[in-house]
Amino acid sequence: MDYFLTEEQLMIRDLARQIAEEKIVPVRAELDETGEFPWDVMKTIAQSDLFGLFIPEEYGGLGKGCLELCVAVEELSRACLGVSTSYAANALGTYPLLLFGTEDQKKRFLPDIAAGKRLVAFGLTEANAGSDAGGTQTTARLEGNEYVINGTKQWITNGGVAEIYTIIAITDRSKGPRGASAFVVEKGTPGFSFGKKENKMGIRASATTELIFDNCRVPRENLIGKDGAGFLVAMKTLDSSRTGVGAQGVGVAQGAFEEAVKFARKRVQFGHPVITFQAIQHMLADMATSIEAARALVYAVARFIDSGAKDVSKESAISKLYATDVAMKVTTDAVQVMGGSGYMKEYPVEKMMRDAKILQIYEGTNQIQRNVIGQALIKEFARSK
Amino acid sequence: MNMVVCIKQVPDTAEVRINPETNTLIRDGVPSIINPYDVHAIEAALQIREKAGGKVTALTMGPPQAEVALREALSMGVDDAALLTDRAFAGSDTWATAYTLSKAIQLLGADIILCGKQAIDGDTAQVGPEIAEFLDIPHISYIRKIDEAGGGRIVVQRLMDDGFDVIESSLPVLLTVVRELNVPRLPSLKGKMAAKKAMIRKLTAADIGAEESSLGLRGSPTQVKNIFAPESRKDRKMLEGTIEEKVEALVRELVGLKCL
Repeated sequence: MDYFLTEEQLMIRDLARQIAEEKIVPVRAELDETGEFPWDVMKTIAQSDLFGLFIPEEYGGLGKGCLELCVAVEELSRACLGVSTSYAANALGTYPLLLFGTEDQKKRFLPDIAAGKRLVAFGLTEANAGSDAGGTQTTARLEGNEYVINGTKQWITNGGVAEIYTIIAITDRSKGPRGASAFVVEKGTPGFSFGKKENKMGIRASATTELIFDNCRVPRENLIGKDGAGFLVAMKTLDSSRTGVGAQGVGVAQGAFEEAVKFARKRVQFGHPVITFQAIQHMLADMATSIEAARALVYAVARFIDSGAKDVSKESAISKLYATDVAMKVTTDAVQVMGGSGYMKEYPVEKMMRDAKILQIYEGTNQIQRNVIGQALIKEFARSK
Repeated sequence: MNMVVCIKQVPDTAEVRINPETNTLIRDGVPSIINPYDVHAIEAALQIREKAGGKVTALTMGPPQAEVALREALSMGVDDAALLTDRAFAGSDTWATAYTLSKAIQLLGADIILCGKQAIDGDTAQVGPEIAEFLDIPHISYIRKIDEAGGGRIVVQRLMDDGFDVIESSLPVLLTVVRELNVPRLPSLKGKMAAKKAMIRKLTAADIGAEESSLGLRGSPTQVKNIFAPESRKDRKMLEGTIEEKVEALVRELVGLKCL
């Protein structure tokens, strides 16, 4: 379907697609097998300027918005979610600086991020703080002109490979949710190290590690936003990035769907290609319908965000929830359409199905998304009464 | 260091078919691409520029729509692009093409001229060396590696059947390149955006001061009489097995066919 993308947006789509087809598809199975970080692909993405897509031109980026980022993420995800997760997590880690960073912080970090010279990671999750960010135990204590950070972040995407980390730590436990603050910490800072690399079910090309802070001292200028604004930074960051997870869902679903159609046209049973059977056609029709609905929703929400809307929590949650549930269903059905072949590693759909699962879990589980939507509904209807 | 890369817009041959009735290429709906070898030539020029500095100009001859190929070259990072386009150029064979390109190169000025080893549509591999002859400069074909470029000289490796030659040449020189030379970069977004807006210089026969009798069909000593797709013969048999088994089977077959 034509979504009336501008010439520039089509250019972005075509370039991301070219990278996906020429540089990612040939290596995705191997990356999945070895779990190696796709440095070569990241280098290609850096050279293509895609890391700077959503970063303002004054900091070396292209000054585009959420829709352009979604279009790029979708195309990369169509080939490999492991790679697209590494790419999208870079945006996630950058948003705190983009949304709340001081001019000085922006000048210090954004040009290198836009050029793809340094990768970024966002650190919120901990062993006892996942869906419940209030359970955060990492602390940052102000000592003179320095914050001293202690604690461990868990399951951090781009952990170890990134050089810039935006993290949330408690600066004043007595203030509850208003006692958290956001910081930027650079790799190589004394007292900052990485735990083991996780062995994951899917998105195996992406790097996931612990971040360990042991009396890690960062200058006061590394505070992002106000002291005590940590949860606001985290929530606004997630509001901005969630639609991108939706775009990942659209992309992986599209990739799996195309594999299923290709296979169904070739696979002959009872003397006919299986695509001629109504049972298969109906499955493919349902897949095509839900992918198109998800894409329309993701693009619409992205455009809403780009319009400068103030509160986008509900809409971004809706796009993430729907598109990632579609991704799980469509990738599962793609395996089903392809039967035994779909289950084998010879074809990419079993990987896509394993990969898709994370989309329902990370950046807020889909249950949490429903909470976000539910709470927004309560507020909305209370106001309208 | 001034460099000119000669590129050709070709149909994506992976998708080309021949109309058996008219014996012409079916170009409808077939995407056009930069001749793949030429993309390696562009990459080589960009790499030389990165090390030795200078300017890279992409040059092509063709109908106005060949501009698309030049914009693609610009999006990869070449500095400038020129399109030789004139009705007088129509029907050029490799000789007339090389003459026309050489006149343009004289106008543009170049220390190094790079070409793909051949185009995937015509497959002649003649135009590059012919340009060098018209310009009366040395050429080295089938370059697989550029060891040094700068200071008025170049050292390259030429691919041979049984290895490679290391050749040093003075400048100006013309090189034709093979795929082994490099991995071409993808275009960048900023490059694509700039390429979209870039002005492409158009050159006519008059602009390059060419002699009209040397151009196009008139200037072409060879002419294509006929293009046809060889009929595919279905009565073929593949022999399987070890060499010994295959030889035995082959002899049996030949005896059976009374060839032996």
